[in-house]
Amino acid sequence: MALAQLKQDATDARLAALSMPEGGWSAAARRDALGRLRAMGLPGRRDEYWRFTRPDTLNQPAPPPAAVLDHGEAPVFDAVDRLKIVFVDGVFDAAASDDLSLEGVTIERLAEARGDIHWARDLYGTLEARGQDPVQRPFAALNTAFATDGLLVHVHGTPSRPISLIYRHADTGSDAILHHVLRVDSGASVTVLENGPAAARFNKCMEIDLADGATLHHVRAQGRDHERRAVTHLFARLGSESVFKSFTLTANGMLTRNEAVIEFTGDDAVAHVAGACVGDGDFHHDDTVFVTHDAVNCESRQVFKKVLRNGATGVFQGKILVKAGAQKTDGYQISQSLLLDGDSQFLAKPELEIYADDVACSHGSTSGAIDEEALFYLRSRGVPSGPATDLLTLAFLAEAVDEIEDETLAAEIAGRLEAWLERRRG
Amino acid sequence: MLEINNLQVKLEEEDKQILKGVNLSIAPGMVHAIMGPNGSGKSTLSYVLSGKDGYEVTGGSAALDGAELLDMEPEERAAAGLFLAFQYPVEIPGVGNMTFLRTAVNAQRKARGEPEMSATDFLKEVRSRAKDLKIDAEMLKRPVNVGFSGGEKKRNEILQMAMLGPKMCILDETDSGLDVDAMKLVAQGVNALRSEGRSFLVITHYQRLLDHIQPDVVHIMSDGRIVKSGGPELALEVENNGYADILAEVA
Repeated sequence: MALAQLKQDATDARLAALSMPEGGWSAAARRDALGRLRAMGLPGRRDEYWRFTRPDTLNQPAPPPAAVLDHGEAPVFDAVDRLKIVFVDGVFDAAASDDLSLEGVTIERLAEARGDIHWARDLYGTLEARGQDPVQRPFAALNTAFATDGLLVHVHGTPSRPISLIYRHADTGSDAILHHVLRVDSGASVTVLENGPAAARFNKCMEIDLADGATLHHVRAQGRDHERRAVTHLFARLGSESVFKSFTLTANGMLTRNEAVIEFTGDDAVAHVAGACVGDGDFHHDDTVFVTHDAVNCESRQVFKKVLRNGATGVFQGKILVKAGAQKTDGYQISQSLLLDGDSQFLAKPELEIYADDVACSHGSTSGAIDEEALFYLRSRGVPSGPATDLLTLAFLAEAVDEIEDETLAAEIAGRLEAWLERRRG
Repeated sequence: MLEINNLQVKLEEEDKQILKGVNLSIAPGMVHAIMGPNGSGKSTLSYVLSGKDGYEVTGGSAALDGAELLDMEPEERAAAGLFLAFQYPVEIPGVGNMTFLRTAVNAQRKARGEPEMSATDFLKEVRSRAKDLKIDAEMLKRPVNVGFSGGEKKRNEILQMAMLGPKMCILDETDSGLDVDAMKLVAQGVNALRSEGRSFLVITHYQRLLDHIQPDVVHIMSDGRIVKSGGPELALEVENNGYADILAEVA
């Protein structure tokens, strides 16, 4: 009971510091989400899916301050021709953003889409609510209830440029909650980019509905501000023959929890979620993925690679659930860490739960150090120890980065990883 | 070119002396061969010269063109012109062969204060060198040595040697695991690189490699020492009579 009371108190304290925006069409969904949140409470360390990650700083009413990093480099994706939409500490910045018009897509802001009728009404909070079972995701419910802004993106064609969400961080005490809804119509195709630290604490939720034959490529680079904290959720529903590919780069960040909840509802669809993270010192990175196969002949891949040093921590909790009848499922999951010293740790919990009899599912999880034989081979050819270690580290990360289909974007991400490693070379 | 004086080496983790005073002097342009039974210290000599961990030098010296090798990091030895063709070339998943070669070539150039090789020049040279060794474009694209056959791995070693242009090449049992045709191809590659300014140390169990790479001097190594040196005829003697006779003779 004491534990339940602690949870209750933490939830009450957090809720007291929040106010629900006026909803219009989203009001009912927000109220429902608040109800869900009250019923489950904010996470505690005894919760099965929070055993490896301390939720305290995500729970507390105000975030711990996070210094704003001025690294003086061109931001990620700067060289990419894209439609730029900028949020500063979670607040839309019209002056820094492009005009929100782009062929093949309609883009609106959540904060501006008032009124009682909206296409997003059927989706807002719906996929999040579905994703609460069987694993509770309190921060996603909190997000649905209290999101101050976000984008409502309806893709009906094939936009010529990626939609690029840029999250700038300016205030050391900012606490941002953004909720995006993305609907991709049958046969439509789009690339969505996200980058930046967003705030001292960032809670972001993206609900994605892919109609039959729809395609979404998602590439994200979470900001390098070291003290920032982030909890993010992707909820994706895949119709038949749809394709969803998502990649996340995380370099730095004291706390990052990225959840991806993917559900196949139509046959012959493909979903790949991948991540590469590099952490040094006070770094905690958690990938929590849940893939539900509820259709025939779908392919899912989870590829997560973590490079950890100086006491950094990596967490992977990944599940593949194959429901009865989801025959011909092809499920793959790999999570690996490269520990560059003895102080760092990797905690992995791979899970398979299969109720169909004609499926191919495999998973693997490893922790290892740099291969000394390979390192000597490189050095014997004249490559100094530092660059040789970097080359082997990038090779380790390559399987995840290779999940990015667009070569320019993949090269951009690989370049960032290389630069990060180079900066840390002793 | 290479001057080894009374080199003594033990295993770092064990109290086991492997090299018990090796003396060897190789002049520029010369090809020396070291033969000897298993466990005589041949491979240890190649590893110690190239700087592999796990060995402790307890005495003696090894100099390349007057520079003390044993004080250098492996990459410095490479930049100074030393090259070891591995008995067991290492597989490196995720690193493309081409990237590997280019990184190595430019790292050595940088260490010597030379400008980097342009992408075009590099490609041109690597293609021409690869062609001589019958290494196709596919092999160049693949990760380093991953999925290569024994022969392909050894040819890849020779390609690296050709691209890096070292002064002192050590071939550690390059013939092991090769059929006759593959051995000929590798030997041709090595012979094409023979020049006045470049020396070779060929380590082998068998005389057959030396039919294709003809040495100027042959040494017999046993129990951590060079026990006999001679001309190419010494290799034939080993082939005909085995090591036992020679070792009995010097004992």
